[in-house]
Amino acid sequence: MSSAELTNTDSDWKLPSQRKVGMICLIITESALFTIFVVAYVWYMGKSLNGPFPKEVLHVPWLASIALFGSSFTVTIAEKFLHKGNRALFHVWWLLTIALGAYFVYFTGAEWYHLIYKENLTISTNVFGSTFYALVGLHASHVIIGLILLSIVVISSFRGKLDPGHSEHVEMIAWYWHFVDAIWVVVLTLVYFISVNY
Amino acid sequence: MASETIVDPDFKVPAPERVGEEGKTWSHVIQNLVFTVDHKKLGLMYIGSGLLFFVVAGIMATLIRVQLFFPRSTFLDPDVFNRFFTMHGTAMVFLVGMPMIFGFANYLIPIMIGTRDMAYPRLNAFGFWVFFFSGLLLYFSYFGAPGLYNAGSAPDVGWFAYSPLTAKAFSRGHSTDYWTLSILLGGIGSLATSINILVTTFCLRCKGMTLGRMPLFVWLFVVVAFLVIIALPPLSACQIMLTLDRYLGAKFFDTQAGGDAVLWQHFFWIFGHPEVYILILPGFAIANEIIPVFSRKPIFGYPIMVAATVMIAFISLGVWAHHMFTVGMTSLGNTFFAISTMVIAVPTGIKIFNWLGTMWGGKLHFELPMIFCLAFLFQFLIAGLTGVMLSVVPFDWQLSDSYFVVAHFHYVLIGALLYTLFAGIYYWYPKAFGRMPNRKLGLWHFWLFTIGFHLTFFPQHISGFLGMPRRIFTYEAGRGWEIWNQLSTIGVIIQIPGILFFVFNLIYSYFKGEEAGDDPWDAWTLEWATTSPPPEYNFEKTPEVRSRRPLWDLKHPDDPDWKFE
Repeated sequence: MSSAELTNTDSDWKLPSQRKVGMICLIITESALFTIFVVAYVWYMGKSLNGPFPKEVLHVPWLASIALFGSSFTVTIAEKFLHKGNRALFHVWWLLTIALGAYFVYFTGAEWYHLIYKENLTISTNVFGSTFYALVGLHASHVIIGLILLSIVVISSFRGKLDPGHSEHVEMIAWYWHFVDAIWVVVLTLVYFISVNY
Repeated sequence: MASETIVDPDFKVPAPERVGEEGKTWSHVIQNLVFTVDHKKLGLMYIGSGLLFFVVAGIMATLIRVQLFFPRSTFLDPDVFNRFFTMHGTAMVFLVGMPMIFGFANYLIPIMIGTRDMAYPRLNAFGFWVFFFSGLLLYFSYFGAPGLYNAGSAPDVGWFAYSPLTAKAFSRGHSTDYWTLSILLGGIGSLATSINILVTTFCLRCKGMTLGRMPLFVWLFVVVAFLVIIALPPLSACQIMLTLDRYLGAKFFDTQAGGDAVLWQHFFWIFGHPEVYILILPGFAIANEIIPVFSRKPIFGYPIMVAATVMIAFISLGVWAHHMFTVGMTSLGNTFFAISTMVIAVPTGIKIFNWLGTMWGGKLHFELPMIFCLAFLFQFLIAGLTGVMLSVVPFDWQLSDSYFVVAHFHYVLIGALLYTLFAGIYYWYPKAFGRMPNRKLGLWHFWLFTIGFHLTFFPQHISGFLGMPRRIFTYEAGRGWEIWNQLSTIGVIIQIPGILFFVFNLIYSYFKGEEAGDDPWDAWTLEWATTSPPPEYNFEKTPEVRSRRPLWDLKHPDDPDWKFE
């Protein structure tokens, strides 16, 4: 934004960056939103009156989780190459990030297809179904938003619109991606490791 | 209002031609309002639309009181009565309280910290329009199925919308959906504005404006914005769950399928209790600016004030279940929430004593804003005392859902918040329009409204003690409730001319008020350093601050504050 240049003329008067503060606030907001869905999931663990129950239908998504956690590393590596000015490698690693995220979304879709058509678990089957689809779906929607943001970066880079002045924009999108990843740690632990015991 | 078309440097579309004179035609006015990204215009639009919804929701409250004048009255249908108290509560909290405080924040924070505009001007405009359309969406429900005369399909489940009242089986048609979607939309707008406030205050302060030198107003709004971004998402979350319940047959709040109706109450009040602090802290913020200026003394105990505010915000996140003492929690839970509710009175008391300490030995000037602030102190004290009474669990068991509770929170929201909003409007009116509000009209407003307000809500304490339940459209004769209800209704009839005086004063002073000049109250914060009304860019040269009272330093170069800091 341009107003920042108007105010910070002096070098001895340092203020935090707008983008960082804004992204931190957004992440706090999203964390509060996820917290309530997590609480709802925990609250209803083992409260379903009819099946299917988590331990019958849930399988730990090892590959998808590795893909999503790996994409956090690839996005960091891509940022490093952007800083060094190596555009080709930046594109490679950035596209790899997008591919890993896209695989995660594909996996969620396949998992849901399996649950709905093979296991007859829908959002209206029982409270497990309601909370599971709400929580995992909220996370998946955030992955999709993250993918859109990542794609905007790489497309603008291909069109030559990404200059060194945008490094902080790219960094913020990477922050968001890390946040989506961190949420998945919570969701994975809660849904696939803890709730299957109920 | 200044009327140049705004050219945001980021905005690549060629700007429309300059409008020569202020509001030559309606289309110019509309264009000025719709396309603006200026924080001052948006702030005034927030306050203006807040006042609009305030009048509408106030009319509903009046009709409710008229219905309760006689026992067994048939003035309103029961359904219409339910819709009225629901819409009154929802509108007053979400469409009056929130926009009014955001209006003040928008108008004042950038000027107070010496910057040109908010951090994200277009996000700011987005937040306003989203809020505005959420209000329109909520009121559009009146044109629903049975038509306007039977009050349409307006929401009728109370502003708290407890499940299972909201389940498909009990709430047919689309009334609850209007409510849900409107609150979701309004929440998005509030979140956008809050993030904007935080980024603005942290990243755009003028040179020398350290956190310890910010006006208390700005400090309190930082705390409020933090509270909003922590407490509003839970509301959005439970609205999403409710929508899933109603449309996809999810079982979140369906007790037939192992769901839990009390979970909705927890989620709602996890938002709802911080919300009342979101609403009242801006009231404190306005009092923090006005009381020192009209006592001619700097605020007493600035760091303590900030610490108390942060404490209030922190504790307010842990008191939500005191709204649910009668729902059947464990004794341990009841005890915890009772104690935390009592603890929150401590920082609040600190603030009250700090305001008294500010006035102590000062030269009090009884101008309009100060009069409203003094009434605020007195009324907020009463409200706080009834709050502490209600935090005692056995007492709450007796009086929950009675008119005592209604009296308590109306003393908070009207006696404290609305009075400080009036005070703030009178205080910054000269800054916004360059003319002084008329003192005589203001005094009429004050006395009529104050007498009417106390006459309305004080008797409700007594009818609550006598056992009159809330949210019931009528009552039987012979229980000793008639006289108190009649006094309440008469109080409303006295309040109305007070509000009319207020609205008339705003319009009259805009055209006929005396010229105010830049600094009519001889105040000390930065917003008085620029012209009235401020230009688009606020300051010709961004100011530089060396103390908490920059204007004092300017006016008294022989005795500046920064020598003592």
